[in-house]
Amino acid sequence: MTSVTAPPARFRDLLASEWIKTRSLRSTPWTIALTALFVTGSAAVSTLADDAAGSGPADFRPFDAYPAAGYWTLMLVAASMGALTVVSEYGSGLIRTTTVAVPARGSVVLAKAAVTAALWTAVGAAVSVASFLVSQAVLDGRGAGVAITCPGVLRALTASALLAPVCALVGLGLGVLLRHAAATMVTSVFVLLMLPTMFSESERWAADVKHTLVSAAWTRLVRPWDPGPESLGYTATVPGSWTVFALWPLIAVAVAVLVVRRRDV
Amino acid sequence: MDVVIEVSELTKRYGRTTAVDHLSFTVRPGRVTGFLGPNGAGKSTTLRMILGLDGPTAGAATVSGVPFRGHRRGLRHAGALLDAGQVHGGRSAEAHLSALARGNGIPRRRVGEVLREVGLSAAAGRRVGGFSLGMKQRLGIAAALLGDPPVLMFDEPVNGMDPEGVLWARRLFRRLAAEGRTVFLSSHLMSELENTADDLVVIGRGRLVAAEPLADFAARGARRSVVVGTPRAAELAALLTAAGASVETGGPAGAEKLVVTGLPADRIGAIAFENRVRLEELTPRAASLEDAFMQLTADSVEYTTGQPR
Repeated sequence: MTSVTAPPARFRDLLASEWIKTRSLRSTPWTIALTALFVTGSAAVSTLADDAAGSGPADFRPFDAYPAAGYWTLMLVAASMGALTVVSEYGSGLIRTTTVAVPARGSVVLAKAAVTAALWTAVGAAVSVASFLVSQAVLDGRGAGVAITCPGVLRALTASALLAPVCALVGLGLGVLLRHAAATMVTSVFVLLMLPTMFSESERWAADVKHTLVSAAWTRLVRPWDPGPESLGYTATVPGSWTVFALWPLIAVAVAVLVVRRRDV
Repeated sequence: MDVVIEVSELTKRYGRTTAVDHLSFTVRPGRVTGFLGPNGAGKSTTLRMILGLDGPTAGAATVSGVPFRGHRRGLRHAGALLDAGQVHGGRSAEAHLSALARGNGIPRRRVGEVLREVGLSAAAGRRVGGFSLGMKQRLGIAAALLGDPPVLMFDEPVNGMDPEGVLWARRLFRRLAAEGRTVFLSSHLMSELENTADDLVVIGRGRLVAAEPLADFAARGARRSVVVGTPRAAELAALLTAAGASVETGGPAGAEKLVVTGLPADRIGAIAFENRVRLEELTPRAASLEDAFMQLTADSVEYTTGQPR
């Protein structure tokens, strides 16, 4: 009882631990499978519904693969699942068991964030690629396919793949801050989905606010065409939109790590 | 080093409420130390501060000489069961323990070992949500044992256990202490600790009431008394009072009993015999730990019922 021979505290053990937690819940594979199916299906439906695809400019066609209905759902699910990784621990009190086992609280949050990011990047990439392929299959049938090398197509595909991990990490950060399931879900939906619709692009200041939000950034990045000089609204820049994509999850996770260190568990 | 858990001047305030108030005590290895207090006395808050979950408003607590929060991984230093509900109902017992073990670099075989130790091997693959409270308590104890730690803390561990489970837990705590570990066990029931603990730390309203070996604590309890039943209660009461005893009358009207302190049973019997008073009952009553506990914490109970004490 006198010797405590602890092996070095390795971060990858925490990653493995969080991965066990994620995959040991039956809801994880079900939720991911159903979401992937729905989002891909929405890409098919949206392309099928685009009757003008054969005659309109080729620029617009890749856009069919990334309909808002599907990808807003993906945002919602990813944010909720990211939040649940922490909110479920606060709700049951498991967080206390976890914190006695790993008193380095910041490391636990980082491990959760890393596992969440990896999982949802994989899901996002699969869904994004599937959306593109399904949409192309429909367009090819009409002789209107678009190659992945066309300008803006790869960007739309990448942005759509990264949308899921960005939202999952924002959800995780909000979950650490708020700790209550309902409050976290409502806040996630409001910040990610509702807030951007409040601001139009016709006023400079409103457009500036809108362009700092995740869903507006995604909308800009999946749109392959650039606005012409005759455009009535203010349009976000592509680099600016990528920056928004990077900053939201970074800030969410950083604030979560800071808060979790200071607060009682 | 003979002190493993050291709590000094520990204080926790939530707004205007003081949950723990300048609390100081030590817990030694190789013994089971009971942590006793009425509901709301601050036991759980104290345990959380010892484990670094809650930061104290003032004061400090150390485990094996260091603040527990200083460890990067905790399970090899201390194991704790704070609340049996602190698990995810959707995970199996095995997955729950595997995740904890993996994070601390504890070999996977320990999961099977501790499940066997607490008698949950057969339920290892079942989801925890379907467990009874007693089973969840066992799972919590299993989690505490994972890292084979020198210090173990259990908050009300036998709540919801059946009598067989309580007996099992008692033997386990005794064995863990016999192995040289520090076992710190909280309860709001004296009877749970009576047969398990060597030492007692008693708190009420967040303040220390007593910290001493169980035997010393028992000795402080109510003085020995003798219950006497007789048809001539008033007469005998007068005789005993004259002999220097203090006598209280209790029980239903017409069948009153005397509770006599200050005279041993044999002297009371002799006085009755000499005065030809017939006795129907003569029962010496030992001081109970429960009495001692109730007396000491009487003025520090957080939630009292309306009944007179």
